[in-house]
Amino acid sequence: MRIALIATCIADALFPDVDRSVVRLLERLGHRVVFPTEQVCCGQMHVNTGYLAEALPVVRQHVETFERAEFDVAVAPSGSCVGSVRHQQAMVARRSGDESLAGRAEELAGRTYELSELLVDVLGVIDVGAYYPHRVTYHPTCHSLRMLRVGDKPLQLLRAVEGIDLVELPDAQSCCGFGGTFALKNSDVSTAMLADKMSRVLSTSAEVCTAGDSSCLLHIGGGLTRLRTGVRTVHLAQILASTRDEVAGSVTV
Amino acid sequence: MTTFLGVPTRRLAGPDDEDPLRGSRPFPAAAADAVRDPVLRRNLRRATTTIRAKREHVVSEVADWEDLRDTGSAVKADVMARLPELLEQLESAVTARGGVVHWAADAAEANAIVTDLIRRTGADEVIKVKSMATQEIGLNEHLAEQGIAAIETDLAELIVQLAGDKPSHILVPAIHRGRAEIRQIFLERMADVPPALTDEPRVLAMAAREHLRRKFLSAKVAVSGANFAIAETGTLAVVESEGNGRMCLTLPETLITVMGIEKLLPSFGDLEVFLQLLPRSSTGERMNPYTSLWTGVTPGDGPQEFHLVLLDNGRTNALADSLGRTALHCIRCSACLNVCPVYERAGGHAYGSVYPGPIGAVLTPQLTGLTGGHDVNATLPYASTLCGACFDACPVKIDIPSMLVELRGRAVDAGRGGVPDGWAAAMKAASWVMSGERRWSVAETASRAGRLVAGRRGRISRLPFPLSRWTRSRDLPAPPAETFRQWWARTRGDDDAGPDAGNPPIAGTPAPRPAADGGDRP
Repeated sequence: MRIALIATCIADALFPDVDRSVVRLLERLGHRVVFPTEQVCCGQMHVNTGYLAEALPVVRQHVETFERAEFDVAVAPSGSCVGSVRHQQAMVARRSGDESLAGRAEELAGRTYELSELLVDVLGVIDVGAYYPHRVTYHPTCHSLRMLRVGDKPLQLLRAVEGIDLVELPDAQSCCGFGGTFALKNSDVSTAMLADKMSRVLSTSAEVCTAGDSSCLLHIGGGLTRLRTGVRTVHLAQILASTRDEVAGSVTV
Repeated sequence: MTTFLGVPTRRLAGPDDEDPLRGSRPFPAAAADAVRDPVLRRNLRRATTTIRAKREHVVSEVADWEDLRDTGSAVKADVMARLPELLEQLESAVTARGGVVHWAADAAEANAIVTDLIRRTGADEVIKVKSMATQEIGLNEHLAEQGIAAIETDLAELIVQLAGDKPSHILVPAIHRGRAEIRQIFLERMADVPPALTDEPRVLAMAAREHLRRKFLSAKVAVSGANFAIAETGTLAVVESEGNGRMCLTLPETLITVMGIEKLLPSFGDLEVFLQLLPRSSTGERMNPYTSLWTGVTPGDGPQEFHLVLLDNGRTNALADSLGRTALHCIRCSACLNVCPVYERAGGHAYGSVYPGPIGAVLTPQLTGLTGGHDVNATLPYASTLCGACFDACPVKIDIPSMLVELRGRAVDAGRGGVPDGWAAAMKAASWVMSGERRWSVAETASRAGRLVAGRRGRISRLPFPLSRWTRSRDLPAPPAETFRQWWARTRGDDDAGPDAGNPPIAGTPAPRPAADGGDRP
């Protein structure tokens, strides 16, 4: 299958190994990955902060970039970016009166998947042949859980990873407190939520906290390193891309 | 005499906000104080955790819960679409059964109508059933100014009222108080308090019961709200747990009910749906202990005079708005408050409105309208991470996250035209950068300066305002030596997405190794 990678602005700029892992993983599974280079962002930050007019050119850039590319399905290693593609882009276009862009955004959204959806629903794989010998706990991100309804697909994938010691995260479904610009605008509440999330993560004695969204991991990881907890955050894609030869996001790095 | 009651000694009076729908401070500032209050945090955590578990349990045992939610949502959508016609139907049905219907455009009108009705009975004391509508119009405060004492008979409302405090939850108004504080409030403020009062819940409840019993038996007038009104029959419904409502609705000679115009249901049969949805969603009970239904006046039985005050107070503004009108579907169950991670930390007072939590964040700004970018209510739509838990819990499926986003858009639009603030400037700049791949790449390269700030640990722990709001409690990773798009260009150079792109890699072969440092850490 010819799969277009939506790198996501945050992983492109801050966590390139997450995108490289998606490429490695999908190629290992025998697929062709393409990267439409003019892509930047899905527009979610602008939408969720209330700047819908400013989101429009960002959405247009995304839609036009992927329209020009040739692929079967698109994938992003992010529940929230795919949530934005599916639930916000057409709304942004429609609100500005651009019905044509809205329709094209919807067409694109119809073949855009979050990583665990792509693997389990589209490609039909659970065991991706990964090896990851660490104690790991999984935080289901809000948008993957409640916007995309990925359910336990990420957990199915993780359970099939060789060598993994997967431990359940208590109160897993509660938000980590990131919320995009919420983390700045309501820094105090955001931090209070993060403190509770971190205490749950620490209660598992895991070495690694994983999730399907770099943004939530940026938040959780930012707190875990600040407090020198020694617990690392690693994206789901990095774990699934790991093999005996190449362990991504290795704890020793 | 002073009694030493030990810690905690928090203010009993609560916030000073005068307007029931608009606080004096923006949400972030009020919430920042709230998260530092250990008693509040513990009470909220305990109470919301318990009620969440109860709700989840009783909802999971209803096989057709999702169908019930769909039906509830559809019935409410129908009500909003036909509201003028249904309200007239309700008015004729209530009138035909001996009740009197009054129409109030706003809080001032409603307060004046109720005051006048009480005056005509000669009473200077009324008993009250817990009601959001009368809180919304500040009825108790208004009556006090007019020399009429309004006595709350719901236990938690009584606690809040005695303390001179404000409710902080739609269903559990004293959720922010612990039992030691409640004992202190009773000892200081309840005239007939038993001297040997302990902080045992049963002892506290019995003291309140004794206190209220005398009021129930002497009151000539009661004021209530309503959970539902049936347009077809003119029947009003109040559901409650303590039996205080039943006494208020049956014992006095005159009953005055203040109800928001959106509380209508078309027919009696619709109660079947809502009496399943409401108790399970609100108190986490299969059925609430007391459901009182009454239709007009029944000679020789119950109040012989019944007045229904129909309150608009901003509701028709919301109704005129295709998105906003779904906020009027709300049946005040408070499930969204109990599942909201922001409410759980900030508590109800931080919202500055009698409607706190997720539904308050969408309802309050719509009822008041926004007076510009500096209106404190413009901060309410931002009091959410958009985690979506409220939407999942709502028994009538109000899409609160989408409404929050829309209201954020309106708050931003309302502030346009003046001098752009920091956010507006940053968002405009980001929009320009993010709508062109070259500009984005340049920005990525520039951000690499962060590697110097980060130093050997690879983490950034201090940045200037406004990013200091992040780094005060969280690190940021140093930007990587190579972005993903640079890695792609370096390793796959010509292999873009074009149809004539370079040779595909052979399936099964390992991809090129990542950049040498491999040091990016999510």
